[in-house]
Amino acid sequence: MSGVSVAARLREPTQVVFLALLGLIALGWVLVALDGGQFLTMESVVGIQQRSAALGIVAVGQTLAILAGSLDLSVAYLISLASLVAAEIMAGRDGNIVPAVAAVLAVSALVGLVNGLVITRLRVHAFIATLGVALIIRGVLDHLYDGPAGKVPESFQLLGYSRIGPVPVSALLWAGVAVAAWFLLSRTRLGYRIYAVGGNEEVARLSGIRTGRVVVLTHVLCSLCAGVAGLLLASRLGAGAPTVGTDGGYDLESIAAVVLGGTALAGGKGGVAGTVGGVLLLAVLDTLFNQLEVNSFVKDVVRGVVIVVAVAVYARRLKGRPA
Amino acid sequence: MKRALPILAVLVVLLAAIAFVNPFFLEPAGFLAFVKRAAPLVILAAGQYFVIVSGEFDLSVGSLVTAEVVIAARLIDGDESATWPVLALLIVIGLLVGLVNGVITTKLRVPSFIVTLGMLLVLSGAVFLWSGGAPRGALSEGFRAFGRGGLGPVPWSVLILLAAGAAAIWLMRADFGKTLMATGDNERAAALSGVRVHRAKIYAFMLSGLAATVTAILLGGFAGVSAQVGQGLEFSAITAVVLGGVALGGGRGSVLAAMAGACTLEALFTLLNLYGISGALEFTVQGVIIIAAVAAGAVRLPRKFTPRKGDAHAAS
Amino acid sequence: MLSMRGIGKSFLGVRVLSGIDLDVAAGEVHAVVGENGAGKSTLMKIICGVHAPDEGTIELDGRPVSFGHPLEAQRSGIAIIYQEFNLLPERTVAENVFLGREPVRRGLVDRAAMEQATARLLDELGEGSFGPRDAVKRLSVAQQQVVEIVKALSVNARLVVMDEPSAALAEHEVELLYRLIGRLRERGVAVLYISHRLREVFDLADRVTVLKDGSRVTTRPIAEVTSDELIRLMVGRDLGTYFPPRSPGAGETRLSLRGAGNHKLRDIDLELRAGEIVGIAGLQGSGRSELAKAIFGAEPFTEGEMTPSRPRSVREGVALGIGLVTEDRKAEGLALRQSVRDNALLVARAVGARGRDGVRDLLERVRLAPPRQDQEVRYLSGGNQQKVVLAKWMTMAPRVLLFDEPTRGVDVGAKAAIHDLMRELANDGMAIMMISSELPELIGMSDRVVVLRDGRIAGTLPAGPSEEAIMRLAAAEVVS
Repeated sequence: MSGVSVAARLREPTQVVFLALLGLIALGWVLVALDGGQFLTMESVVGIQQRSAALGIVAVGQTLAILAGSLDLSVAYLISLASLVAAEIMAGRDGNIVPAVAAVLAVSALVGLVNGLVITRLRVHAFIATLGVALIIRGVLDHLYDGPAGKVPESFQLLGYSRIGPVPVSALLWAGVAVAAWFLLSRTRLGYRIYAVGGNEEVARLSGIRTGRVVVLTHVLCSLCAGVAGLLLASRLGAGAPTVGTDGGYDLESIAAVVLGGTALAGGKGGVAGTVGGVLLLAVLDTLFNQLEVNSFVKDVVRGVVIVVAVAVYARRLKGRPA
Repeated sequence: MKRALPILAVLVVLLAAIAFVNPFFLEPAGFLAFVKRAAPLVILAAGQYFVIVSGEFDLSVGSLVTAEVVIAARLIDGDESATWPVLALLIVIGLLVGLVNGVITTKLRVPSFIVTLGMLLVLSGAVFLWSGGAPRGALSEGFRAFGRGGLGPVPWSVLILLAAGAAAIWLMRADFGKTLMATGDNERAAALSGVRVHRAKIYAFMLSGLAATVTAILLGGFAGVSAQVGQGLEFSAITAVVLGGVALGGGRGSVLAAMAGACTLEALFTLLNLYGISGALEFTVQGVIIIAAVAAGAVRLPRKFTPRKGDAHAAS
Repeated sequence: MLSMRGIGKSFLGVRVLSGIDLDVAAGEVHAVVGENGAGKSTLMKIICGVHAPDEGTIELDGRPVSFGHPLEAQRSGIAIIYQEFNLLPERTVAENVFLGREPVRRGLVDRAAMEQATARLLDELGEGSFGPRDAVKRLSVAQQQVVEIVKALSVNARLVVMDEPSAALAEHEVELLYRLIGRLRERGVAVLYISHRLREVFDLADRVTVLKDGSRVTTRPIAEVTSDELIRLMVGRDLGTYFPPRSPGAGETRLSLRGAGNHKLRDIDLELRAGEIVGIAGLQGSGRSELAKAIFGAEPFTEGEMTPSRPRSVREGVALGIGLVTEDRKAEGLALRQSVRDNALLVARAVGARGRDGVRDLLERVRLAPPRQDQEVRYLSGGNQQKVVLAKWMTMAPRVLLFDEPTRGVDVGAKAAIHDLMRELANDGMAIMMISSELPELIGMSDRVVVLRDGRIAGTLPAGPSEEAIMRLAAAEVVS
């Protein structure tokens, strides 16, 4: 990929979000220094990476769904489900890791398939379709579990806690997922079609693209990402938990991170790079508040304001541009 | 009325099924107890209806309900004389939240999904920041009376529901409702007919905030003060509205049907309980039903009509 | 190369095309001209597989073909360039050109090949102002048109159909279009060029086919016709259609413009008087609809005077007693899922006016048949929909009513009813302005015809002008 094209991809909202990220880091540095501490120590960087990894992975998947003009509200419950499936099958034994991972991916793919088919075949609005699927998973979880279950073997917990040098394995996993998604979007036909379907379904159809198939595949990929996030969280907890997905608010939070990264909620515009920036921005904000020992609820308030302001800024830039 | 018929039929069938298992349901007390339980969600659904019919979403109502209950408990703190001033304050807060949602959506052109999601985060954060992490204080008896007490045998909440329902139906028949509906159906045509489309949408968000306030008052008395009181209510309300046959995207469906959708949802839960289905599986059934209901609607009707840009030239 | 014989097509029992023969040879630029409603668009859509013909045959290189879908036509080498481009603004030029058929190497999209191929085509067309990696949203309308043409070439289209390609272009951009078409011809690509603008037809075409009222009038080499002759062939018909009699005379001035203008209009001087129907003529892009929207306040004037006052918003326009029956009913006029009654009352409700009880009478007055008030408007015919729009404004008893293409997509019966109604309203003292691209309608209805060209008034003609006179003013280049 040439330099020109990199520049083209970094234009506009994506650029804004990374500039905001740099600005925030600079601001944090000053604030923490005034407070007598040091911002972005090795410790806090590792913290940021670990905190972002699960949300980051889900948000990458969510990016795909939103780019295709859809969205997925079922990811939070799917994450919980994935963590339980993983921990139950592993049952503390190393030998079961591979089948457990396979089962999680299969379950996730199935959920994504259902989401996609309900949207395309039954023509149910994505909001309602994925909300309905979320409720279905929730009912099953609540019915079968009322607390953590299963056990993740020590070796698998390494995924959640170990690091290579300063880089946590979980961050590498996130980076891997993000790069894969970036590669998919920029180098494969499916990626091109995701943009086309989200940008203008009619134009896509007239160009011979089977739009329904693209939406279904996108949802499968999105759910797979949620499944991977579930695996990661199970390895952190050492067990599966029916509330791990909802406690993290991964459904709305992932959507927030995606739009914060400049991807349009209406689809067809944006990309993974912005999402990575959005997730990092939220994580740095978190870290900053932690270091300043600000009440954790302030975070929510600031986060809400930041998201709305960001999208308002993007909307304004859109307006000022010739059609 | 005509549009509400399918969901009303479903509701009647569910109610009959409940009565079949539990004859107490047919007695006034049993039925009123059901209505009382359903009232908060029905009112919230009516508020959400205004926003949805104008073509937007309001995801902030759940956290608004929580916020209002927590605020009420902290400010009243058992002091009977504070009841009415605090009620007035809650209403102002509800309207203000709606105003902010509406203004940012229309004037700053941020999708309402994002605006109200941001509002959700802000509200839940701000309230707990202020209350120090956990709800404190207590509601006064006078406040709780709305959710628990009654006028003779008739619970206050039922009366409030009737009043709110009547007001919602009246609003939708009034000029406001008709122009709001037209705005949700075709914003451009409405604007070219002189409708103040931004203002109409802002009012819709304010009505949703008001409905959340009433819901908070009822739930505070009925269920007590907790940090979870409003959790997930935004999705329940949207589910109820959609179940009533109101289309996301705006311009279609009646408020009566939306409220009937909320009743149906409650009736469904009651029925599932009666048949001994675990409270947990409720959600699964709810999920299946909402998808099925919307899918059935979608298959019958063609997808939302969107005039192709080229059509204007087709006749030339 | 392409040969059509006896093509006919009806919509809902209304015959729009009959017995059309058309031949296009490789490397030929073949112009199709005709008034609005002559059937040009329908014919074009048949060629491109959007509609299937009811009768007749299409042969491509001597083999009979029938297209069920635009894609099939595309695969046979026929590409169409609509006025509304089918492009994704967020994607690059190359990505748009190869949309749905991205070249793949080892499973991955071969960006380099895609961009090279696009660059080569751009180069061949002599287009150097943008490259394959530019985002389409950053291009001008003319440049986007180039992208559409490149797209057509990249599928090896041998026939490119262009629908009013110059309508959206500025004067200097038309030059670029000429050059492009020249290159297409050099490559042996046939071009079917649909246009109103006779100068372009004479500049570009090898042959011209004239359509009128759904039939082919003639096909001739361009060298054998003059522009006057062409105009006569297009419009020459007896005005046998019924129009209501004109009113005796105009009354007081209801509205007047002095040097009014905005981004699209310049120096507009115009008076609308009670009892008078003023026709507005002009080619597409001449500023007709913009004039109506400016008077109404939807896209306000930014300069000049308007009396009684210059509205800055729709509501101010409505308050001045101005109503606008928009060109595109479905997109701008009606809330399709609402009832007849709710649509008829929309304006009254929006401004909080009285006079709701009279809706039934009003619907009868606009001759809505049957006047069922609770029916959703989307189920009505085009004519009845238009009557509902009319009723919507009549609730306000406006002083000035602006009509933009009042009878577009309306059947004959409803058309006459709407014409009668317009005259009736004028006789009742309303000032009426009517934009129309149907010349017989303009001539039959108007007490005065104002012709617009490039956002200015090109001239005003008295009642009953000839079609030639209007066309000359609208497309001045023909005469000069």
